[in-house]
Amino acid sequence: MSSGLPVRKVEVNAETQEFWDATTRQTLLLRRCDACAAVIWYPRAFCPMCQSMETSWFASSGRGSVYSFSITRKGSGAWAAAAPYVIAYVELEEGPRVLTNIVGCAVDEVHVGMAVTVAFDPVIDETGTETMAMYRFGPA
Amino acid sequence: MNDRPTAAIAGAYEHPLRHIPDRTLPQIHAEVAVGALEDAGLTINDVDAYFCAGDAPGFGGLSMADYLGLRVRYIDSTETGGSAYLAHVGHAAAAIAQGKCHVALITLAGKPRTGGAAPGSSGAFGAAPEAAFENNWGSNVPNMYALAARRHMYEFGTTSAQLAAIKVAASKHASHNPNAFLRDVVTIDEVLASPMVADPLHRLDCCVITDGGGALVVVSPDVARALNKPGRAVRVLGHGEAIKHTDNGRIDLTHTGAVWSGPRAFAEAGITPKDIDYVSIYDSFTITVLQTIEDLGFCEKGRGGAFVASGALEAPFGALPFNTDGGGLCNNHPANRGGMTKIIEAVRQVRGEANAAVQVPNCELALAHGTGGNLGTRTGAATLILGRS
Repeated sequence: MSSGLPVRKVEVNAETQEFWDATTRQTLLLRRCDACAAVIWYPRAFCPMCQSMETSWFASSGRGSVYSFSITRKGSGAWAAAAPYVIAYVELEEGPRVLTNIVGCAVDEVHVGMAVTVAFDPVIDETGTETMAMYRFGPA
Repeated sequence: MNDRPTAAIAGAYEHPLRHIPDRTLPQIHAEVAVGALEDAGLTINDVDAYFCAGDAPGFGGLSMADYLGLRVRYIDSTETGGSAYLAHVGHAAAAIAQGKCHVALITLAGKPRTGGAAPGSSGAFGAAPEAAFENNWGSNVPNMYALAARRHMYEFGTTSAQLAAIKVAASKHASHNPNAFLRDVVTIDEVLASPMVADPLHRLDCCVITDGGGALVVVSPDVARALNKPGRAVRVLGHGEAIKHTDNGRIDLTHTGAVWSGPRAFAEAGITPKDIDYVSIYDSFTITVLQTIEDLGFCEKGRGGAFVASGALEAPFGALPFNTDGGGLCNNHPANRGGMTKIIEAVRQVRGEANAAVQVPNCELALAHGTGGNLGTRTGAATLILGRS
């Protein structure tokens, strides 16, 4: 079920097409370096740790914990009506700290260290087709 | 201490207005340029190097050199947000040391109150490689800094009341500045009672949004001598820079890039934090100040809350008098960029020209630090150490 927070179709490119395609299958992909095994975030074809150009996708467990968060009381644009909402960094089990929203609980229940799991909000186009989904996190 | 001949800031000028609906952006750049040159005793014909950042309109330095009628042989448009102008001073000093130029003009101007860009915006960000992963979650400037504040609170027990002490000190200083945007002294309770913008940051944890600008003139040791105003040419003793980014998704929200730029500046100046008499610390938000003073070594990491709550930041007699113009929290944050005004107030302090009530007695060594970009993702850090000539 959708969280009700704003969604939008984001611009994709050759480095990110597979990532966004996978969101429609409820899968959060991560990129791993074939040379040094570093897990890469944000997704890119280049390894910022060892400068290798050889990197591959794998599926994240989708599990993590809240590294930090803010309850935003005043949003702007599409987010004005969504306030209060929680923006957060979630530290995935695989290591990366991912900017996202915490959904599926009252905003004042969110705390640093809280165990969370990924959830997806579909982005539906004018023909009713799901083109991608926003990755968000809710209580585990 | 650095006893080599160094470049000096011979001219500094802050636009006196905070609401400028009737002038264009290039016009404000021109006004502050002329103001700084007059302060130095120079004219636009003396300028042989020009420095500007992302606030300059059109084609940046090219458009502004044309508008101003500059004939320069050195140009630098380093863009690291609000910290850019501190970097510019360092770059100008390096270029002068190499004999590339003698009189460097640095300008900043903006009109965010009356027709400019929103805080944190830039026309170029849409194409950034990280954009799709950072722009879908309702991020804005306050909530991204709030993430840093929350993590600092979690790791070190920092409190909202401690952060409020930073705003209180700034407001006391601003009460002596007739040009300050906010001149009323506020209390810790008033900060805590102000509306929560992005938990844990209240409205009064945030800097002001003001039109305005400022400029500097950095000159070679020869030019400084020829100007023959020994007390007014402020030496650039040290400079350090760094970029702090998301570190392959392992961002540490408890520190700024000052952990790297600070030691570089201190090493170049040949001094230590305890030698510093006055600091201008970038204050987009109270948390920016707290982390920066820890990172620069003015107190232990994690102890910034207790340090600021002790009244350390209050001029003229606190342990570390800061932002005596009222800073970005109360005085001025023109073009949503606070770096220029940080340098200008440090220059005033070293010259002994700050407002009398907040002038640090016998201020010989000052530090100015800029943090540009967004503490929640990536920032430019630049530290300057300035001294009496």
